[in-house]
Amino acid sequence: MAKLTMVQAINLALAEEMERDRSVLVLGEDVGRDGGVFRVTDGLLEKFGRDRVLDTPLAESAILGASIGMAMAGLRPVCEMQFCGFSYLMMGQYEAHATRMRARTQGQFTLPLVVRMPYGGGVRALEHHSESREAIWAHLPGAKVVLPSGPRNARALMAAAIRDPDPVVFMEPKHSYRAFREEVPDEPEVLPIGKCQVAQPGTDLTLVSWGAMMRPTLKAAAEVTEKRGASIEIIDVLSIAPLDAGAICESVRRTGRCVVVQEAPRSFGPSSEITAQINDRAFLYLEAPVARVTGYDVVTPYFGREKHYIPSAGRVARAIEETLDF
Amino acid sequence: MPRKPVAKFVVDHLQVLDEKGQVDAKLDPGLPGERLLEMYRWMRLARELDERMLKLQRQGRLGTFPPNTGHEAVSVPIAMAMGPKDWFVGAFRETGGRLVRGEPLTSPLHYYNGWEEGNLLPDPALRITPISVVIGCQIPQAAGLAFASRYQGEDAVAVAFIGDGGTSEGDFHEGLNFAAVWKAPVVYVVQNNQWAISVPRAAQTSSRTLAQKALGFDIPCLQVDGNDALAVWVAIHEALDHARSGKGPYLIEAVTYRLMMHTTADDPKKYRDEAEEKRAWEKEPLIRFRAYLGARGLWDEERDRALAAEVKDQVDGAVRAFEAPHDRADDIAFEHVYGTDHPHLHEQRAEFLANVRFDGGKEADHG
Repeated sequence: MAKLTMVQAINLALAEEMERDRSVLVLGEDVGRDGGVFRVTDGLLEKFGRDRVLDTPLAESAILGASIGMAMAGLRPVCEMQFCGFSYLMMGQYEAHATRMRARTQGQFTLPLVVRMPYGGGVRALEHHSESREAIWAHLPGAKVVLPSGPRNARALMAAAIRDPDPVVFMEPKHSYRAFREEVPDEPEVLPIGKCQVAQPGTDLTLVSWGAMMRPTLKAAAEVTEKRGASIEIIDVLSIAPLDAGAICESVRRTGRCVVVQEAPRSFGPSSEITAQINDRAFLYLEAPVARVTGYDVVTPYFGREKHYIPSAGRVARAIEETLDF
Repeated sequence: MPRKPVAKFVVDHLQVLDEKGQVDAKLDPGLPGERLLEMYRWMRLARELDERMLKLQRQGRLGTFPPNTGHEAVSVPIAMAMGPKDWFVGAFRETGGRLVRGEPLTSPLHYYNGWEEGNLLPDPALRITPISVVIGCQIPQAAGLAFASRYQGEDAVAVAFIGDGGTSEGDFHEGLNFAAVWKAPVVYVVQNNQWAISVPRAAQTSSRTLAQKALGFDIPCLQVDGNDALAVWVAIHEALDHARSGKGPYLIEAVTYRLMMHTTADDPKKYRDEAEEKRAWEKEPLIRFRAYLGARGLWDEERDRALAAEVKDQVDGAVRAFEAPHDRADDIAFEHVYGTDHPHLHEQRAEFLANVRFDGGKEADHG
């Protein structure tokens, strides 16, 4: 057991998988000598060499395009989009090929590749560095979208993503990169993709979140429990696509109340889908409307103004109390 | 400090067989008769299939498709020159080459009639990538395929095609740059057929040649007469040798002409001069190749009639197989979303099948 940050935990998973399987390689902008701008790939070049850790030219579409070619030929590339704000340049390759190749060829060609990208606000970064755009990738069938919330599940989900037979978009909450440490077991762990985790069992209300928002979510739940003794079940979604709607709705059927917390703008995001799934599968069990604590449908402000746009523990606690009192 | 040149570039043009079928004896690759006949046979088969597809489309028996007529002398010699482990990375005007590499004649028929089955290879080891409808995506993919082949210790080359319009895409430039930096064993082939739907070559780029675009990445290049199968044969050997020997990518610009419409959904009369088309027909690749075969004593009227009958039979057979009743499952899309099992897709598949029954198994009414 070692206490690791999320940066160290993802780095550990990459090193473990590269050690285990020679077909795994890492590519992207500054991932080699620099070890990545957040140091997630630090030391991999020294350990695995230039054939397996590739500093690429600056071209996001070609980073994914070349990864698609590598994966078709039997490799398992893990490519990095340096920031989520740069990732939209790969959309053509993602939509036209990454998500479709398996279906297009009825499984004759498949793309076991991972696209890593740091996402989300809270680190006083430049424009285009603070968005939470998981819905864009999740909307397109054929790829999987995973958002870890802490060092331990980040390491286990990265191992799963690399071993997965399909393209996986792995969105790393950069606000959580170094914000806290967690015990990470010595032995490799693999978490299933497409399954959420119950972070805390409870009976009065289901609180759903993922990624960077798990921190304010857990804090808010602790505050409300402390204040009024409520028993709150907390679900860490982990995979936005495929979404484990069955497990979320099963919890809501037991508790009758639900609050969903997302960093992204409100409309057309995962919280909309989760609410719709609850409507489909748990409507008659609801004691209160599903509440959402989200970002706003505005362009993400620069960091001087971002703190009031990102859901706070206080806003989450208020939504929990309003839903309990409904 | 004086000003002095730091780099100079030259772009060569190669033609072996002129429009009349006159061969430049010094440049003639001296292919054995058997190989020449094989090449001609593939080109005629591709032409026959293309002409039949146009008829089928006009009769409502096939969907929209991009005719390949006039492009045979590019992809056929290239596919014949490639090794069995090389990757054939097509765009959508390389039907001849795809057939040479082992794609069944029925595949384009299924594909262009709206059936994913047209993408199925008899064996994925044939290494033909599916048609890339979105322009340019295949260029960086080919760099990745080539990188992977070298990484895995093979000496395979990826040969990727694109059109003149495609050279304006970002992916073209990004992919060439990646391939060059990695010294990846790739050959890029630009089929310059002068027209990107309605946009002529001159409006597409101000470059004097498309070959020279490779020079920006220090990739060697050659412009060839793309209606001259022998020039293409010489060029692809030079390119494959270069790539296979570890020197990195190579680019061939094959100058040809899109004799037909972009796809069957458009009408070139709207945007181009019929006199230009007429002149282009005089330079088309099959006439001159047949003249060359005649001059080599390999061809006569009788052989020509026999070949015409043979390729017609082959295409007849493919059309019969294509139009025979097929038991095609409606719910195939649910089968291959992921390589892992997920409950929401089982639920939606059941819902879909129930809806198919609800619609009475007939064409659903969409208003």
